[in-house]
Formats: sequence, C-alpha cells, structure tokens
Amino acid sequence: MKLDAKIPEGPLAEKWSKHKFNLKLVNPSNKRKYTVIVVGTGLAGASAAASLAELGYNVKAFCFQDSPRRAHSIAAQGGINAAKNYQNDGDSVYRLFYDTVKGGDYRAREGNVYRLAEVSVNIIDQCVAQGVPFAREYGGLLDNRSFGGSQVSRTFYARGQTGQQLLLGAYSALNRQIHNGKVEMYTRHEMMDVVTVDGKAQGIITRDLVTGKIESHAGHAVLLCTGGYGNVFYLSTNAMGCNVTAAWKAHKRGAYFGNPCFTQIHPTCIPVSGDHQSKLTLMSESLRNDGRVWAPKTIELAQKLRKGEIKVTDLKEEDRDYFLERKYPAFGNLVPRDVASRNAKEAVDAGKGVGASGIAVFLDFADAIKRLGEDAVRAKYGNLFDMYYQITDENPYKQPMRIYPAVHYTMGGLWVDYNLQTTVPGLYCLGEANFSDHGANRLGASALMQGLADGYFVIPYTVGDYLATIGPKAVDTSHPAFAQTKKEVEDRISKLLSLKGTKTINEYHRELGLIMWEYCGMARTEEGLIKAKGLISALREDFWKNAIVSGINEEFNQNLEGAGRVADFLELGELMVDDALNRKESCGGHFRVESQTEEGEALRDDENFAYVAAWEYAGDNQPEVLHKEELVYENVKLTQRSYK
Amino acid sequence: MSGNMNLTLKVWRQKNESSKGQFVTYKAGDVSPDMSFLEMLDVVNEGLVKKGDEPIHFDHDCREGICGSCSLHINGRPHGPKHGVATCQLHMRSFEDGQTVVIEPWRASAFPIIKDLATNRSAFERIQRAGGYVSVNTGGVPDANEIAIPKVIADEAFSSATCIGCGACVAACKNASAMLFVSAKVSQLALLPQGQPERYRRVQAMVAQMDEEGFGSCTNTGACEAECPVGISLTNIARMNRDYFTAKLFKEDEV
Amino acid sequence: MSNFAQTFSSSLGKKLIMSLTGLFLCTFLIVHLVGNFQLFKDDNGQAFNSYAYLMTHFTPIKVVSYLLYTSIIVHALYALILTMGNRKARPVGYAVQAGNANSPWTSRNMGILGTILLIFIVIHMGDFWWKYHNAELPYAKYEISLDNPQDIKVSELPWDAKRLIHSDYVDTQAGKEIVVSKDLYKVVAKAFTTPWYVALYVLSMVALSFHLIHGFRSAFQTIGWDHKKYVPLIRFLGVWIFGVLIPLLFAAMPIFFLLKNY
Ligand SMILES: Cc1cc2nc3c(=O)[nH]c(=O)nc-3n(C[C@H](O)[C@H](O)[C@H](O)COP(=O)(O)OP(=O)(O)OC[C@H]3O[C@@H](n4cnc5c(N)ncnc54)[C@H](O)[C@@H]3O)c2cc1C
Ligand code: HEM
Ligand code: FES
Repeated sequence: MKLDAKIPEGPLAEKWSKHKFNLKLVNPSNKRKYTVIVVGTGLAGASAAASLAELGYNVKAFCFQDSPRRAHSIAAQGGINAAKNYQNDGDSVYRLFYDTVKGGDYRAREGNVYRLAEVSVNIIDQCVAQGVPFAREYGGLLDNRSFGGSQVSRTFYARGQTGQQLLLGAYSALNRQIHNGKVEMYTRHEMMDVVTVDGKAQGIITRDLVTGKIESHAGHAVLLCTGGYGNVFYLSTNAMGCNVTAAWKAHKRGAYFGNPCFTQIHPTCIPVSGDHQSKLTLMSESLRNDGRVWAPKTIELAQKLRKGEIKVTDLKEEDRDYFLERKYPAFGNLVPRDVASRNAKEAVDAGKGVGASGIAVFLDFADAIKRLGEDAVRAKYGNLFDMYYQITDENPYKQPMRIYPAVHYTMGGLWVDYNLQTTVPGLYCLGEANFSDHGANRLGASALMQGLADGYFVIPYTVGDYLATIGPKAVDTSHPAFAQTKKEVEDRISKLLSLKGTKTINEYHRELGLIMWEYCGMARTEEGLIKAKGLISALREDFWKNAIVSGINEEFNQNLEGAGRVADFLELGELMVDDALNRKESCGGHFRVESQTEEGEALRDDENFAYVAAWEYAGDNQPEVLHKEELVYENVKLTQRSYK
Repeated sequence: MSGNMNLTLKVWRQKNESSKGQFVTYKAGDVSPDMSFLEMLDVVNEGLVKKGDEPIHFDHDCREGICGSCSLHINGRPHGPKHGVATCQLHMRSFEDGQTVVIEPWRASAFPIIKDLATNRSAFERIQRAGGYVSVNTGGVPDANEIAIPKVIADEAFSSATCIGCGACVAACKNASAMLFVSAKVSQLALLPQGQPERYRRVQAMVAQMDEEGFGSCTNTGACEAECPVGISLTNIARMNRDYFTAKLFKEDEV
Repeated sequence: MSNFAQTFSSSLGKKLIMSLTGLFLCTFLIVHLVGNFQLFKDDNGQAFNSYAYLMTHFTPIKVVSYLLYTSIIVHALYALILTMGNRKARPVGYAVQAGNANSPWTSRNMGILGTILLIFIVIHMGDFWWKYHNAELPYAKYEISLDNPQDIKVSELPWDAKRLIHSDYVDTQAGKEIVVSKDLYKVVAKAFTTPWYVALYVLSMVALSFHLIHGFRSAFQTIGWDHKKYVPLIRFLGVWIFGVLIPLLFAAMPIFFLLKNY
C-alpha cells in the first residue's frame, strides 16, 4: 500500500481553507444517524467528542480514569502557544509554523504544521469563551510569556497548570453534551481492541474496569485520542496510567506506526531517588532562565560529594564545570531540550554525576539569588522550589537543585494523513497518540495546541467527509467480526490471568524501562540497539512464562490492567528499537552516536532520511514492514541547527 | 536503595461495593524517607502479589498532585498529615519509624467503595454535567481579548478553578458535604463575564444535583478548606450560597 | 414542587432557615439582655416586673415573641433534620478521624451545644414564662414617692385570680405612684439563689458562648455575606460580643444574686 498523506495542493496558506471547502458535508438531518466512537477524553478526545456532538453526531466516549478530567493532559504546566501576536513582537502564523518545523528538526509535514499554526488562534478564543482563566495583565487583557527559548512571547498560560485549565474547559464542553444526551460517556473503561469490518474501523471492544465486563461498541468511525507512550521507559513524567494499548491494538489491526523512536527527553526533572521510584517529576523549563547547570570538574570531587565527604557548598568556583556555558557560549543554559539533556548525560557517564545515586547534575540559583535577591527568585519560581523541596527535602535556596533528564513526550505515534485518518479507513488518531506535527522534537507549549487543534478544529471537518462518503447506514455489533475480536480479547485476558510465575508486572516494566533508557534513550548506537532488541524479545518471552498476574477478570483488578499494558509495551519497545536502528541519522530527540558533527552535535542526513518512517505490522514475531513518506519542503530551507 | 523505617499499616480491605470490609494489618519494612506514600504502598503490593495475595487497590495516576485521582484517608486525615498536598505528594519522611498508619478510603454514601481504598466519585461528574459549563459551541466565539477581565477577578476565578476534584473536602467534612467542590465549580464561572448568561441557572442545577447525590449539608466547620490540597477557600461557599438564594428568591430562571 | 418549596427543601434552603432563625435568636438575646439589666436595679424588682409585663402584654412585642418561639422550634427542628441528613451522608464512619487537625471543636459540636441550649430554654421558660403566665404567684405592691422616685416601699399582696397582672396608677393625694405587679422578680431571685440552678445557667451560657462563637459567623457565611473587608468585623462580633460579652453578662446575673445573698 502506498502512503498518501493527502496534503492538499496549492500555496501553504490556502491549503486548509481550500481543503475544508472540498471536504464533503453531512446533511444536518443525517448527522444524528451516525455514531462516532471517541477513545480517550484528554484534550484531544474531549474537544473532539464535544465538537462532534455539538454538530449533531452521536458520540460514545471512553476513558480509563474515573473522570475525563483526570486525563494526563491535566499535568501540563507551562502553557499553550498561539500565533495571536498580542504582544506586537513580530509573531505570525508563518513564524509559528516556521519555528515548529525548525524546532522539529525538519521531520514534520509543512502542510500540517501550517494548519496547526493557523488554527492556534481559534483555540485561545474558544478556551476563553468556555471560561478558561488564563493569566491576565492589569489592563484585563491576556498575558503571554516566552517559552522554551522562543524569541517571541506567544505562550498563553494559567499559572503553573495550563493543562488542567484547558482540560477543564474541554471537559466542560464535553459535560454539556453528556447532559444533552449527545455523548454517552464511559469512564473506567479501557479499549482492548479495534473491530474492523471489510477493512474499515467499525467499533471497539472495551473492558469495564470495575466489573471486568467485556463489551462491544459499534460506530461509523473510531477516533483514538489515547495519548503518548512515554511510559515504555517505565520512568517518565507521564502519569502512571499512560499506555500504548489502544494505539498498539490499532497498529496490529492495520494502522501504521509513524516514527516510533522519536522521544522527547526533558532536561530538568527531579532525579531518581531509589529503586522504589515510580515516576519522575518535571521541573519547568523556565528554571533554566536563571539557573546555571554544572557538574564537579573532576571525578574525584564527584565521588567525594556522592559519599558525603564534602558538601556541595564546599566546592569552589574553579572546581565547577558549567558545561553548557562552556560549550555553547551563545545560548549557554538555554540550549534546546535535547542538547541540554544529552550534555547532562555525558557528565554523568563521565563519572561526574552528583547525588547519592550519581545520576544528576546541579542546577544552581546562587548567582541569581545574589543578583536578584531571594525574594525576586521566590516570586518567579517559588512554587517550583517548594515542589522540589517537598520531594527531595533539600532547600534549593540554600543549595543547588539536582536535576536529570527524563522522558517526557513521544513525537511518534500512529501514522495519519492530513485528515488525521490512519491507514485503516474510519480509524482516526488525534493528539499525542498520532505521529503528530512535531517532527523529531516538540517545542514547549505545542502539544496542548496540537491536541486542541485536532479535536476542535480539524476532526469535525475531516471525519464528516468520511461519514458522508460511507453513508448513514446503521451499524451494530452483530457482525461476526465483533464476536471474533471479542473472543480474541477474552483469550488474551485469560492467558494473562493464567500467568502464575515469580516476577511481578512492575518488575518486567522496570526492566524494560531500563533497557529502553540505556539503549534507546538519549544516545543510541547501532550496537546498543541491536543488543536491546535481543534483550527486549527475551524479556517478552520470559514475561509470558514467568509473570504473576493476580485476581480474576470479573472485578476491579489493577494488576490485570497493568499486565495488559506492559505486555503491549514489550512489543512496542522492539519496534522503537527497530525504528531507531533504521534511522541512521541524528535528528531532534533522536541522537545516533554514529551521526554527529566534529563538535559532537547531532548531524542530520536529509539526503537519506527526510521521510516519515511508517511501520506496518506483519504478524506476531514477524519483522515489521517499513513504508516511507517522503517529506517535501517547499517553503522552508533545511539548515543544520547550531547553538555555539 | 533501601530505607530505614519500619511501619505497621492498618489498611481497609473490601472486595467490592456490596461486600463487608475490614482492616488488615501489614508490615512495611525498609521504607525510605524519600519514598512517596504511594511508592511505599507499591512496595507493599509487590510483596503481596509475590505471595499470591491481591494487591491493595487505590486510585492514582499523575502522582504530581494535579489529576485528583489519589484519595487516601491517612491517620484520620484526607491526604495524610501534611498540609496542602495530595496523597501522591506525601513523602514518608512525614512519618516516624515504628509508627502505625491507618489507611481508609473516603467515606461518604455518595462515594461508594469500589474496592479497598478506591471509591466511585462519579457523583462529582453528574454535578458538573448538570450545569458546570458555558454553553458555547466550538467556533464562532469572539476574539479572546474582546472582553477585558480585571486581573483580580481573573485571579479569583483561577483560584476557584484550581480544584482538582479529588473529594478530600467531602472526606474531611464531618457531614460528607460537597459544598466546597461544588462552590468552586460554580464560582469560577460566576466570576467570569463568560459565565454570566447562565449564572443563575447553573447554580440551581448544580445544587439540585448535589442534593440528589446524597451529600450532607455544610456546617461551615472549615475542615474542607483546611484539608484541600490546593487551598480552595470557604469564600466560594459563601459566593455560591449568595448566588443560589438570589437565583431562587429574586430571579426568574428556573431549572 | 413549587419554586419556594423546592428552595426550602434543598440543603441550602434548610441552611438558610437555620441561619435566619439563628440570627433572629441573636437579636433577641440583645433585647433579653437589656431587659435583664433591670434585675441589677436596687428597686426590689419594680422595674423588672414592669418590664416583664411590657414584654408579655404589648401587642407588637407579643407578635415578635411568638415569632421567637417559632424560631426556636424551627431552629431546633431543622437542626435535627439536617443532622439526620448529615448522618445519612456518611453511614460508615472512619476508624480514625483527626477532627482537631482541621476544624474548631465548636463548629463540630453545634448540635450538642444547641441541645444544651434547648434543654435550658425549656427549663428556663417553664420556670419563668410558664409560671408568670399560669402559676398563682403573689403580687408585689410598689409605692413610689412622686417627690423622690428613689423612695419605694414594697409590700406583698397574695394571689388573686381577679387581679390584673399589672396595674399602675398615681395616687395624687398620697403623692405616690402605686404599681401592683405579679412578682416575677421574686421567682427569679429565688431561682438565682439556688446553687444548682445557677450552675445550670452558667453552664448553658458556656454552651451559648461556644454555640455563637461559631454560629454567628457561620450564619453570615450561610447567607453568603462574605466580604474580605467585613468578615473580620463579623468574626469580631461573633467571638467577642456574642461569644464572650453577652453570655458573660447573662451569666453575671445569677452569680450576682448568688453572691448578694451570701
Ligand atoms: C509533566 C508534563 C508537562 C507537560 N507540559 C506541557 C506544556 O506545558 N505544554 C504543552 O503543550 N504540552 C505539555 N505536555 C504535553 C501534553 O500535556 C500532552 O502531550 C497532551 O496533553 C496529550 O493530550 P492527549 O489528549 O493527546 O492525551 P491524554 O491527555 O494523555 O489523554 C489520553 C486519554 O486517553 C485515554 N486512554 C488511553 N488509553 C486508553 C485505552 N486503552 N482505553 C480507553 N481510554 C484510553 C485516557 O483515559 C485519556 O482520557 C506536558 C506533558 C507532561 C508529561
Ligand atoms: C433550641 C436550641 C438550639 C439548638 C438545638 C441549636 C442547634 C444548632 C445547630 C445544630 C446548628 C448548626 C446547624 C447548621 O449549621 O446546619 C445551629 C446553628 C446556629 N444556631 Fe443554634 N441551636 C439552638 C439554639 C440557638 C440559640 C438560642 C441561638 C442564638 C441565640 C442559636 C444560634 C445559632 C446560629 C447563629 C447558628 C448558625 C446558623 C448557620 O450556620 O447557618 N441557636 N444551631
Ligand atoms: S495521583 Fe494525581 S493527584 Fe495524586
């Protein structure tokens, strides 16, 4: 099958408007004859479900938490970008487009990114109309800040919890439609599989997480809005429940997986404190505006520090290596996420890590406190400092913070065309779950923007085109494909529950995470990746023999939920490794040690790798088939990034 | 890295909503003060699973204090002894070696127990569905800067909007009242200009649903405010009451 | 259900009733207290007995007093209804609940404090109000010199069903104002020299104090009268005036009588 991204012809700025005009419309009186299934009610899913219901479609929406408000989108802190140019500082749709393509290291589609920048302005209007309390200035108008090294202030924010406020907005729109009877909401339901009839997605199989009941749901189209899969690394800044199950099941039913190895590693997270660690906490990017990153100059000093023989405050200025400032005099501590992360890893790998575990570097505010005064620092970062203090019991006003990079976001995901349709007709993918518009690296404050753009402003048009094409013929679960898929789901659950070995699900997950982090994390080598592939497949085999899964299906069983998700991660992990192996260049968050400049920076290979890698599932234990979607750049010139 | 604390846990175990529950005592050994409370329970659960027992079930997700999933009543207090944090942000250094820790689920008839420490908080969902929104469709809305909102109002609305919907207010209240939660939701929209057109319908609808769910009434003890992990203030309750009485006694909107 | 029925059967409506009746009772406390000050006068109860008559026989005041009785009943009834509802909202309690960590004791014990008050009110009304209206009390006859109102001669008249509860006329020949009044003062004075009664009274005033330290402020919160600038004032009034001063002054009377007679 040839990949067709269906990017409309014509000048960049007119693509979306023209496309919208060309899309078929569903007759208003026919809309109520359609049912759309929306899996996932985070920003992408809630906004899609609400918008479709407003149009008149019947929507069935699902999430595994007990409320849509608890989706992982809730945790986003920093903000959401929009090309409003309210600050009169030279922002524009084109600039946001350009920054996003460049920030993604030229591995995203021009057409999609431009559309994203274009609708970004509508998102802010929509959210404000819903009552989202964005930060404001004394004059009563919206405030903006510059985020993630951007040269314009285009980030809208709501103190440190933009994600929660945006999600509450989308959730309220969703609630209104639930109240109106247009959306049927299924909370504590996990999608276990997609049902395809004649090659088209026509429903899903779910498990009621409280009763264990396996249910079939039919719809004219299925939208997957199930978020990212960063938890394949076990430790990440993602919520505990984030998983790949829905996307992975869709993949196995024919949806190609795009750029699975593209992972974003965030440089400023609170480091791991021990084996018990269950997740990592992000410290806002803004900290690097005033904090200086350093490690001890010598291994001996680092060792003494780790053993507690000396205190960090004992280290003299000449014993400290401010490595970012030293290597990147122009950008200093404000280099992009991937560069900052990689350098921290280098310091740690060189034995200069700090903290009891030795896996951390310092982020020091002593200078800022001296320069601005403690009160000014408190006013800017007080809540972050408190959070750090809370978790580590160390006072960052008195001693430097310890930070280390952590997995934060996955740019990869199900491959979708311009209409957000996967390679399975009728199956769509929105938000972080799709391979998205961020290329090989996502800019800060752009994920929220993309999720809402997809849900509010793209899918209502594009799914209509598909629905108009297939017609409002009633669908139900009587087709044998439903019974068949349901049986496969039940069999898999029985198989999981029959596992009565010796190792817990968590132990497998942690082990997988360590492999992924070590070999498919911040720096990837051919040798390491090949090794990882073997380790993962051995681990997977062991899982299906020696894991313990407790309890029964017909009850609330968190152990069983976890088992299913880890089993899917064990399959996904291998695909990520395959993808990383295939992509022999370095780009964005993907750093292949073999592909670097003389100064040790990421080296892209546009000649050979300016494509989206879309992987096709070819059967259990079969190598996946690679399809390439060539990326065509008509508007921006590809350049090598440099921050020296 | 192992820790140096040993604790005795008394945990409420209950198979499902209809069965009878009881306290079961567990030993948590080798607890590190750097662990979060939930990580301590993870370790206990690992041990239980290995022994072939069922792990202790509890809701959790973000583990950053924002999603509102975690909901444990620890030694007599929702989210435990530390002020202003959710259970997932509580660290073991807030406890002492040798301490006995009693862990119970939220207790309220409106929050039936699903299993062990996990409760069904869908009552909160239904309250919000009853009216916790501004009725605008996607598209066709005015420019975001069309209406200036005084910063004090915007900030106040934001403070109300920080509610994470965990239910600690209900859990803390001796009457299992949901007033703090509902009033925070009502307040956010009542303060903002966007919420005005439906202001008096909304408050009536949400209060009616709150009553239907079987929450207790408010005696203004302030326990909710004191235990709220994000510091939602009692002012919200006064504001909601004011709007409710105004709506019922002086406005013509009826629901 | 009509809009009003719906309003007052809602949890907030019931609370509104609690709060309005509670505040009404608070205003009554002031009136009652002012009247009771007559007890401190060294006139053998003349002013007090006149006051008692005024309170029970002046029509507008009578209307208000029936409102007051209704308020007490409604307040207590709704307290009961709400408390029962609150119990139902948490059928299974906590094994450990650290109430003191998050709320003041008074706020959690309004029901108990109120019950003490109710018991007190019943005894109090039985002793004074009931007796005044129905018991065969003797009369006090005050002869007040018109030249010197300080000069009052008092004598006791026996119970007589035909006698007016209170009469007041001026005997110009004798140069005296003659006031004949059912002698509630004596009843009060007697009660207030009975130690167990004084103890009950003082205890009830402690309960009143606690009830109002929380209740006064709470009533405003319930109605929705909450304002950054005025809450401190309400808090002050609630704690110092209604919570401390008023109960203290009430308690001072029986103590005053008790001490006077020792
Ligand atoms: C700590 C942190 C901070 C961040 N900060 C920012 C920021 O400042 N700015 C920014 O732009 N981005 C930020 N991001 C990224 C951004 O928050 C996410 O990418 C985005 O919110 C994802 O939204 P979503 O709707 O795609 O998925 P999610 O919000 O993750 O929602 C997924 C939904 O799918 C459901 N689901 C998943 N699997 C299943 C299944 N099998 N069956 C049924 N339902 C399922 C879930 O219940 C949930 O409802 C941050 C991310 C993290 C981790
Ligand atoms: C008859 C005996 C009384 C009983 C049983 C009683 C009981 C109660 C109870 C249980 C409450 C809390 C109810 C709630 O907030 O939901 C309450 C509140 C209150 N009571 Fe009483 N009380 C009694 C007498 C009084 C008296 C004599 C006064 C005043 C002089 C008074 C004033 C108040 C006030 C102001 C409140 C606060 C109302 C509110 O929070 O909305 N009560 N009472
Ligand atoms: S787990 Fe999300 S708030 Fe605690």
